Amino acid sequence: MTALVTRREFLQGSGALVVSLALPRHGSAQRAPDGYQALGKPVDTGEVDGFLSVHRDGRVTVYCGKVDLGQGLRIAIPQMAAEELGVAINRVVLIEGDTALTPDQGPTGGSSGVMRGGVQIRQAAATAREALLRKAAERTGKPASEFEIVDGVARTKTGGPDVPIGELVGDGRFELKLDPKAKLKDPASYTIVGKPLPRPDVPAKVTGRHVYMHDFTIEGMLHARVIRPPAVGAKLLAVDETSIKGIGGARVVRRESFLAVVAGDEWDAVRAAHALKAHWSESSELVGQSAVRDWMRAGPFESEEFLLRKGDVKQALAGASRRLAAEYYWPMQSHASMGPSCALADVHDGKATIWSASQATHKFRETCAKMLELPPAAVRVIYLDGSGCYGMNGHDDAAADAALISRTVRRPVRVQWMREDEHGWDPKGPPQLLALEAALDADGRIAAWRSELWLPKATANLPNMPLLGPQAAGIAQPVGITTGLISQNGNPPYGVAHQEVLVHWLKDSPLRPSNLRAPGKVANGFAVESFTDELAAAAKRDAFEFRLSGLSDPRGIEVLKRAAKMLDWQPRPSPGPGGIGRGIAYLHYKNNETYVATAMEAEVDRGSGAIRVRRIACAHDCGLIINPDALRQQIEGCILQTLSRALHEEVAFDRSRVTSVDWKSYPILTFPEVPEIAIDLVDRPTEPPLGAGEAATTTVAAALANAVFDASGLRLRTVPFTPERVKAAT
Amino acid sequence: MPVFVLHVNGVRHSVAVRDPNEPLLYVLRNRLHLTGAKFGCGLGQCGACTIWVDGVPARSCTLPVSAAAKVSVTTIEGLGTPDKPHPVQAAFIAEQAAQCGYCATGMVMTVAGLLARKPDATLGEIKDALAGNLCRCGTHQRILHAALQAAGKSKPKGASA
Repeated sequence: MTALVTRREFLQGSGALVVSLALPRHGSAQRAPDGYQALGKPVDTGEVDGFLSVHRDGRVTVYCGKVDLGQGLRIAIPQMAAEELGVAINRVVLIEGDTALTPDQGPTGGSSGVMRGGVQIRQAAATAREALLRKAAERTGKPASEFEIVDGVARTKTGGPDVPIGELVGDGRFELKLDPKAKLKDPASYTIVGKPLPRPDVPAKVTGRHVYMHDFTIEGMLHARVIRPPAVGAKLLAVDETSIKGIGGARVVRRESFLAVVAGDEWDAVRAAHALKAHWSESSELVGQSAVRDWMRAGPFESEEFLLRKGDVKQALAGASRRLAAEYYWPMQSHASMGPSCALADVHDGKATIWSASQATHKFRETCAKMLELPPAAVRVIYLDGSGCYGMNGHDDAAADAALISRTVRRPVRVQWMREDEHGWDPKGPPQLLALEAALDADGRIAAWRSELWLPKATANLPNMPLLGPQAAGIAQPVGITTGLISQNGNPPYGVAHQEVLVHWLKDSPLRPSNLRAPGKVANGFAVESFTDELAAAAKRDAFEFRLSGLSDPRGIEVLKRAAKMLDWQPRPSPGPGGIGRGIAYLHYKNNETYVATAMEAEVDRGSGAIRVRRIACAHDCGLIINPDALRQQIEGCILQTLSRALHEEVAFDRSRVTSVDWKSYPILTFPEVPEIAIDLVDRPTEPPLGAGEAATTTVAAALANAVFDASGLRLRTVPFTPERVKAAT
Repeated sequence: MPVFVLHVNGVRHSVAVRDPNEPLLYVLRNRLHLTGAKFGCGLGQCGACTIWVDGVPARSCTLPVSAAAKVSVTTIEGLGTPDKPHPVQAAFIAEQAAQCGYCATGMVMTVAGLLARKPDATLGEIKDALAGNLCRCGTHQRILHAALQAAGKSKPKGASA
């Protein structure tokens, strides 16, 4: 089904709500019960009305600045709000990432959806509940402390009088500051949080009725395709517009080196993009894939920084009985979203409405306003589900493309990237190089540890990643790169007395980078937990016991023990007798968030170099669990996606361009490779809820490399673990 | 403009196209407003656009509309609805086998196509049938469990979900 908005409705500036009314009944969250009235509501994070509306009929709309990218916020956030307010889950409607309706809660990333976004909304709901109890008290003359709200009805704890909360607010506003001290419910009384409630969007997703960004259309829109240069940095010299003559009215849109075609019919736009003759300058400004490691060592560097200096590492290394050193490398990887990025924009009469699958609609709104030279208030960005992305893929680029073209042609424009655009031009996870050195004492414990990291430095306070469209069009943008917090978890959590972590901050990245699921930590965890295994093996100690003996945090100890138990781990040094190998890895995400341990069984065929993963067991502690089934699914996703990254993925590029531009040249995990996964959740209802979208990723590559070593004695230190690398390993 | 008569989900459509090589996927999505089949690669490599041609799973992104005129086409919309899902869709819902869900309709079409031919397919056969369907979110285990459930089989012992 295609959602349609008429031009007239659209010009009234009511795009999202009309659109949402046209959405299929089962489809999307983007439908406020009070429709148009919601426009103009507060979007301040300090106001209860920013986050919540209680409607006369007892329904509650939750306005969430974070968005569901497939990670399950669409059920988790309503669970948190419903629980705290005291309403049934099916009375809650969620609106996500619409800049006109939702507060700016920051981008959806860094495992912050529940941990920060949900917690903020929970506090708004707690504030609202206290206000509702006061209103009930005023109405009945009984003290507020005697009331509770159950199933949307305020009543005294001894029973009656029943006052539905919809009557207490009656579609009005709370006009109340969010109270950071509003009392939260006792987790022991929870009836909604902690339940494995199904996601509301799954029925529509598996029946083809869910309206994705890619499925969304509005009346009068044109289809566009952007033609990227054949080489990064190439300039457009000439365009032969006659080359697309006769292709269904397709025409060229150009501004400096920004080149696109538009047509009323999508296939005409595709054909025109193929047929268009354009002349570009030569460019070979890239490092090239094969030279990345040397380039990282050589710089140029922005700075050097000791992240950690504890004890006397130099002396401890010098005086130790046994020293080891190894280098680990994680390559550039793509988000490799299943659907190439897509966006729709309507820019006219000093206003812009952008429909986007952006993870950061509020941030993009500022960017887009600058690009279009409009005040931010004149720009509205409305979130629609995209194909999954795991940091920042091409969604924002596509939205900028659409806005630029729409402004030029004065029509609504839908931009759909092609496969080679997404693989070729999505911002990539940056490369990481780690040189590790450590010493064992006479008792086979880690006496000293030194990490040296070579990492692209994220530009401080960069308002947004430079986008392709404005860059090509010669529109000024802030200069710099984004990578996420990539230097965390660069040292072992095993109580080593003498440690240091030194980062060589690179000024740039070989290709435009962005955050990619567990940025940095995925590679640091691989290196640190693999090297820990090397030390255990050198000490002829069991890998699990080696870690356990160094851990003091009881929550860390618990997940490590549980992961080992799931694989029926029998202590012995690695490598094992051959055949099936086992490996384990542990990480405390960002050193202050989720605890996770993963154990794995794998076999290695030395002849072909093939690795077969048999079984994966993961124990996970992210504090209070909001929805255990949605949580399991996030952990499964972390595990399988990282298995894919560890086994298969590396962006190929030469001096001019990315050359891995389809699924053959950039393969990902396939079904025949999928192992059995078991997950053990540690629920800690009295602890704060932490993120789960990234933590488990950080243990996967090391657990696999350690299992490969246990099976074969081969140590893999470079991702991906291709058959060629396995055959070359020693 | 050439006109092609298509039979989609049991309904006859006449579609005029400028280019007989226009892939069926574009016609389904833009002319017939059947957007359940997704554009993933346009190369027949990912399976997001999977439909049935005469009951057999096929890639609509590489199938020219001219070649689709002589066959019976079934799309995800022809299988079931959120209220009345096909048994495979019901199993996907029961197993919560979608994250972003962009690949989900292709998965359902492939699994339902397999089970229509082989109702008691084994886990290995299901994995092989899905070998050309890619999922990026890591929903594979759920999809396999849903397929097993639809085939009347139990999940492997020890798996979590």
